[in-house]
Amino acid sequence: MTAVSEAVTPSAMRTREATVRRFALTDTIFRTATRLSAILVLVLLGGVAISLITGSWQALSKFGFSFLTTESWNPVTENFGALAPIYGTVVTSAIAILIAVPIGIGIAIFLTELCPRPLRRPIGIAVELLAGIPSIIYGIWGLFVFAPFLQTTVQPFIINVFHNVPGLSSLFAGPPYGIGLLTSSLILAIMVLPFITSITKDVFDTVPAVLKESAYGIGCTTWEVTRRVTIPYTRVGIMGGVMLGLGRALGETMAVTFVIGNAHRISASLFAPGTTISATIANEFTEADGELYTSSLVSLGLILFIITFIILAIARYMLLRIDSRTGA
Amino acid sequence: MSVAMSLHQRRKRKNGVMMALCVIAAGIGLAWLALILGALVYKGLSGVSLSVFTEMTPPPGDAGGLLNAIYGSIVMTIIGIIVGTPIGVLAGTYMAEYGRFSRLTTVVRFINDILLSAPSIIVGLFVYELLVRPMGHFSAIAGAVALSILVIPVVVRTTEDMLNLVPNALREAGTAIGAPRWVVIRSVAYRAALSGIVTGILLAIARISGETAPLLFTALNNQFWSSNLNAPMASLPVTIFQFALSPYEEWQQLAWTGALIITLTVLGLSIFARSLTGRREDR
Repeated sequence: MTAVSEAVTPSAMRTREATVRRFALTDTIFRTATRLSAILVLVLLGGVAISLITGSWQALSKFGFSFLTTESWNPVTENFGALAPIYGTVVTSAIAILIAVPIGIGIAIFLTELCPRPLRRPIGIAVELLAGIPSIIYGIWGLFVFAPFLQTTVQPFIINVFHNVPGLSSLFAGPPYGIGLLTSSLILAIMVLPFITSITKDVFDTVPAVLKESAYGIGCTTWEVTRRVTIPYTRVGIMGGVMLGLGRALGETMAVTFVIGNAHRISASLFAPGTTISATIANEFTEADGELYTSSLVSLGLILFIITFIILAIARYMLLRIDSRTGA
Repeated sequence: MSVAMSLHQRRKRKNGVMMALCVIAAGIGLAWLALILGALVYKGLSGVSLSVFTEMTPPPGDAGGLLNAIYGSIVMTIIGIIVGTPIGVLAGTYMAEYGRFSRLTTVVRFINDILLSAPSIIVGLFVYELLVRPMGHFSAIAGAVALSILVIPVVVRTTEDMLNLVPNALREAGTAIGAPRWVVIRSVAYRAALSGIVTGILLAIARISGETAPLLFTALNNQFWSSNLNAPMASLPVTIFQFALSPYEEWQQLAWTGALIITLTVLGLSIFARSLTGRREDR
């Protein structure tokens, strides 16, 4: 009873109003803080773009468009061109995707159609752990374990097999260095495999059971159901996963830096050492003396940023489309 | 009849071949993981000793440890998490609570997903232009800022996802007893989503503790003990990078040992993080 009578006294009314005002104030502060943080995410991306453009201005204004088409990279004469790193980046990523996509989709089919239920989660986690291993670990493993293995066994064998075949003989021309474009591609394939696998598995799970069951009902085999029902239904999502993997492969730095050989030239042979955009930056940035050298390296970063931004944007757009279809 | 039988058999055989290939693909995936972990344990374990954790990185050709590198990694990871986590959690809160259907949220989500997979070496270049060049020297602060930029997208993503899972009835119950919005968010939504948000932070720690590229030209490296945040600082990944590519056997051995330490830390963190959310799903 006392509480009620207190509540109607004028002084209690004033305290209540003050409390409400205080609540409104703290709520506004909190709301503004969250909003500013969200905007900061946009500012970050904008800041990255602006800083790369200003940093690369000197090199781009000196070399102009020919920066993209020049193979030479000579710190002594200060003549820089991005063609060799761009070539290395595109070739290694493309080969990595060609290897990783069939294996990734295969693992996804295994996990959704074949794997005994109790093993599903452990195997799924094991494959995702591949994504958790830091890239420098792939690098040190690639340099000390994988590259010597390729050099002594796989590469001499391939060179012998193809040395009389026109076309392929120059693609697989020796000597076997161990390190080089193909080794980098293989390491990249292992690294992007978990991304492709987990997204493919996720989109496979969105296929309505009734669609698959009706295909099984008319006598289709597991492969036919996968090939004719599951994959067509999830095509956009798989493409999104592949693009995401491609974005990762293009920007991957440390693992490639270890095994690519860091040679600024374009060779026909996949066994030859080469370089990628990110490996060039990682190898040379701290040693770069002279504004033009540094600026050229930042220009490489700008090119990489633009390429990966476009690829990742396409990937996200495709994955959004499959999300909106399933209503998730 | 025989034509039908052969067609049936051909389809069955094709199915068998394709399914066998899928099993092989899964085998390849697991074999790579086993090969890499096996090599790490084989090469790294022989170098594990007390001196790794008590001595500084040695000059070329000498024995020593990784103490200053481990210390530097821990310091920069902690600062990166302390700076990045609040921003990430607040941004995720805006997207899930205040602006769930606003245009800003859609744009931020799209950009955040791109930042999540953006090459980390680009972040290194950004921080170089932002901090190292104006300051005129490499510093641990710059390294920590680069790491915090990698933390933000991971935390934003998990925070938003986890807050979206909190049932609206809980929020309405809070509002019905007169609690203002931010009290509802703090005492109801955060509490319900806590384990998910913590998972996100753990995954962020796992991600940045192995990152090398953004540290190369921000924190650089340091041969000696340094706790000065305004000076270059050693870190485990950069030390591994430098030592592994050196011609000295002692350095290469230390690189393998460091690699084993990092991998065990990162994998341990991500398995622990998964077990937190795994329990949630079972409930």
